[in-house]
Amino acid sequence: MLKAIGIRSVDDLFSPIPPEVRLTRDLTVPRQMAESEIVDWFKQRAKENGEGYTSFLGAGAYSHYRPVVIDALVQRGEFLTSYTPYQAEFAQGTLQAIFEFQTMISELTGMDLANASMYDGSTGAAEAVMMAVRITGRPSAVIARNLHPEYREVLNTYATHQAIPLKTASYTDTGQIDLKELEKTVDDDTACVLIQSPNFFGTIEDVEAIAEIAHKRGALLIVSIAEAVSLGIVEPPRTADIVAMEAQSFGVPLGFGGPYCGVLATKEKFVRQMPGRLAGQTVDKNGKRGFVLTLATREQHIRREKATSNICTNQALVALMVNIFMTVYGKIGLRELAKQNLAKTVYAADQFAKHAKVLFAGAPRFNEFVVETSEDPYAVNSRLLGHKIFGGLPLKKFYPELGHAALWCCTELTTRSMIDTAVGLVSESERSVRTMNEVEEVTR
Amino acid sequence: MKHMTSKATRHISQNEGLIFEKSSPGKAAWKLPPLDVPEVDTAKLLGKQERKDLGNMPEVSEIEIIRHFTRLSTWNYAIDLGMYPLGSCTMKYNPRVNEFVARVEGLANGHPYQAEKISQGALRIIKTLSDCLIEITGMDAITLQPAAGAHGELTGLLLVRAYHQSKGNARKKILIPDSAHGTNPATAATVGYAVENLKSNDRGMVDVAALAAQMNEDVAALMVTNPNTLGVFEQEIHKIAGLMHAKGGLLYMDGANMNALVGKARPGDFGVDVMHLNLHKTFSTPHGGGGPGSGPVAVKKILEPFLPKPVVITKPDGTLGFEYNRPQSVGRVRAFYGNFGMFIRALAYIFANGPDGLRQTTEDAVLNANYIRKGLEGVYDLPYSTPSMHEVVFSDKVQSKKGVKTMDLAKRLIDYGFHPYTTAFPLIVAGALMIEPTESEPKEELDLFIEAMKSIAEEVEEDPQFVLDAPHNTRISRLDETAAARKPVLRWKPENA
Repeated sequence: MLKAIGIRSVDDLFSPIPPEVRLTRDLTVPRQMAESEIVDWFKQRAKENGEGYTSFLGAGAYSHYRPVVIDALVQRGEFLTSYTPYQAEFAQGTLQAIFEFQTMISELTGMDLANASMYDGSTGAAEAVMMAVRITGRPSAVIARNLHPEYREVLNTYATHQAIPLKTASYTDTGQIDLKELEKTVDDDTACVLIQSPNFFGTIEDVEAIAEIAHKRGALLIVSIAEAVSLGIVEPPRTADIVAMEAQSFGVPLGFGGPYCGVLATKEKFVRQMPGRLAGQTVDKNGKRGFVLTLATREQHIRREKATSNICTNQALVALMVNIFMTVYGKIGLRELAKQNLAKTVYAADQFAKHAKVLFAGAPRFNEFVVETSEDPYAVNSRLLGHKIFGGLPLKKFYPELGHAALWCCTELTTRSMIDTAVGLVSESERSVRTMNEVEEVTR
Repeated sequence: MKHMTSKATRHISQNEGLIFEKSSPGKAAWKLPPLDVPEVDTAKLLGKQERKDLGNMPEVSEIEIIRHFTRLSTWNYAIDLGMYPLGSCTMKYNPRVNEFVARVEGLANGHPYQAEKISQGALRIIKTLSDCLIEITGMDAITLQPAAGAHGELTGLLLVRAYHQSKGNARKKILIPDSAHGTNPATAATVGYAVENLKSNDRGMVDVAALAAQMNEDVAALMVTNPNTLGVFEQEIHKIAGLMHAKGGLLYMDGANMNALVGKARPGDFGVDVMHLNLHKTFSTPHGGGGPGSGPVAVKKILEPFLPKPVVITKPDGTLGFEYNRPQSVGRVRAFYGNFGMFIRALAYIFANGPDGLRQTTEDAVLNANYIRKGLEGVYDLPYSTPSMHEVVFSDKVQSKKGVKTMDLAKRLIDYGFHPYTTAFPLIVAGALMIEPTESEPKEELDLFIEAMKSIAEEVEEDPQFVLDAPHNTRISRLDETAAARKPVLRWKPENA
């Protein structure tokens, strides 16, 4: 090859790099490893990472069963090792799969249309707010305080530089958004109201009532859905204008927080303001049905600084996992799956309520609930860790006013015996704290 | 059939409808275990919030699902089938050991909120990859949070803005060469900066004199891709950095083309202040039909205080942890910690290569691109004779005289069993053919590609219409994109709905 090119050594090809910036030493990175060593190294790391623990953690990342056909199919090289389907004739598989994904997401969310995916639920929510600002021509947004706290942080980061003022609306003792406060906060400058349902506390919002408040003032309603399985049994937010969803629950591994699968769905009239890729149906010159990426004039590679978003690469292969999961469970299975989640959660919340306080009991919930203990939940969780159990997420970090409360989650994978064990340990610690308090009372 | 090389032959491919067209009531591919807690009355629990019907969701059996997606997959081209010379996309081999280790129990199932002391394995992976990437780029600090390259650009420019703000003036604009990726200007706009175009010189590089004239105290940063989208190394990068720094500006590097530099030169050594990497390009994580990517952002010390939070730190007791107390941070750009699964794959790639392998990878990538350049020089017009690094850009100047454009040539290349190169980009080349073979291709595959491209050039001379009508061998011929955009059909609906 060197001879064909007409050079003496490969180094000649690097002569355009000025000598003073060329690296003349080896990189200080680990030495080359054999495949067996690589596998061993990562298996070691897995052992240090909670392998074999039982978990009651949810809060935006949910542990659901992943049918094995998902990995069998997404590991086909034709899906795994292909690029964005810009050359439609050579990528019909990916394009048709995206088209089916868009259809199923639309069906489930009650929206007209959906895009091919966004990075995740948090960035999708931020993009949805920017989309609402473009549609309404209004500058600001009202955000529910019971929207996932990390989604709110991401939103803050994006909004600051878009000069979008954010106002928040708090929650009531049902865990739902405070409708009275919301009504006062929404004004003629409000582009959108952004809520989450089921919200961060697991409570289902009265979307219709919220939509009415937003629409009355000409604002759009964006509903963020972090727990996609809820859509099997909870009425979708049909009165919303944009749904910003995190679809991780649909067959995507927890993977320590990513990659996940954000997706936006909306009404037909707003599609040209929606960011992200879209697959559309068309015909070839013989009239045969086929699919292409379409409405690209919204996108950065065509419109550059005037694009709806800077997004390019999305989460295609993860969206394919979601797609296969939705296909496996389908019309009946998704509902049955959601019902099991609900049943486990009802059972667990009832058991916890016998020994500790379950907050926000006044409204319907899906698969998460908030438990307040006498003892600091970090201490409770330390005890649980001794039994290889991850307890609920302590909420103090995000909601100082909630003190000793923690967010617990049950899915179809949570067994009754896991619940009973965790409840037993919490009740023990509750009893001992109560006894200690009593002893203190007496000695005082 | 006109000319044909030995790369591809036509083969039976299965027809397959939409999944909804196969659905019928009663078919199922799922099974839940028996419920071990009492049944619940959903109507009573949820009231008006209860969903009664899931609309047109499919009902199909498992074998139908396997066949459906397998059949669809066979309609795709992929790296696993052959060379995928999309310039700027770095379609290199995606090692299977990466996929294997990413699925190891404990890593694949780790919850982002599990206790830190039980997350030491994941934190160690983040820390080790961070250290490797800092060394490879010659920078001082890094965040792995951004989910893709464009998201990394966004993060990088947020850091630029925060830095200038800390000096009392956020500045107004970003300079971007006319050869840049579309994400660059789109990102600048997202961060609230105006975009000012910078003309390339006749060698396809940043025009240093023009830069000197355009650079002033309103400019926050220059976004440069190096090697640039012509595959040309910016030889005056030192001068460029000097000009930026002299007026208080920063130098941003789009790391899309880092595959030409790893182990041979480090951006930190040539004046770059902030840059993003694409783990799905340089570090072999799969493109997956368009993602997931991962876009770490590496910075010099001056930008470290502004990095997104949390950052991974080593605690006094030697364990690793997340540090949230970062008062100058730009905030979060994504929930949790980024596309962790891609970190595993990228790190496995670095382990599999080591220092020698990483350097050789770069050398082979540049060697392969130059071999193609030599093979096609004279057949296709080479608009810039400047030496190529990891990719080479030709134009359709010769063929367009016969009415055949870069996209037509690309469609004909499909018939030969290759994925097309990148068409019509960079914008500074009219009718560009941007070819990036990567290090993964053996000489045999490169020879087949050269042969195919030569053969197509001959076809253009003999029968241009035949090339204009390509592809001839695919399941479907060219699709009507105008109709798709004019009356968008973006979802399936039942016929009588």
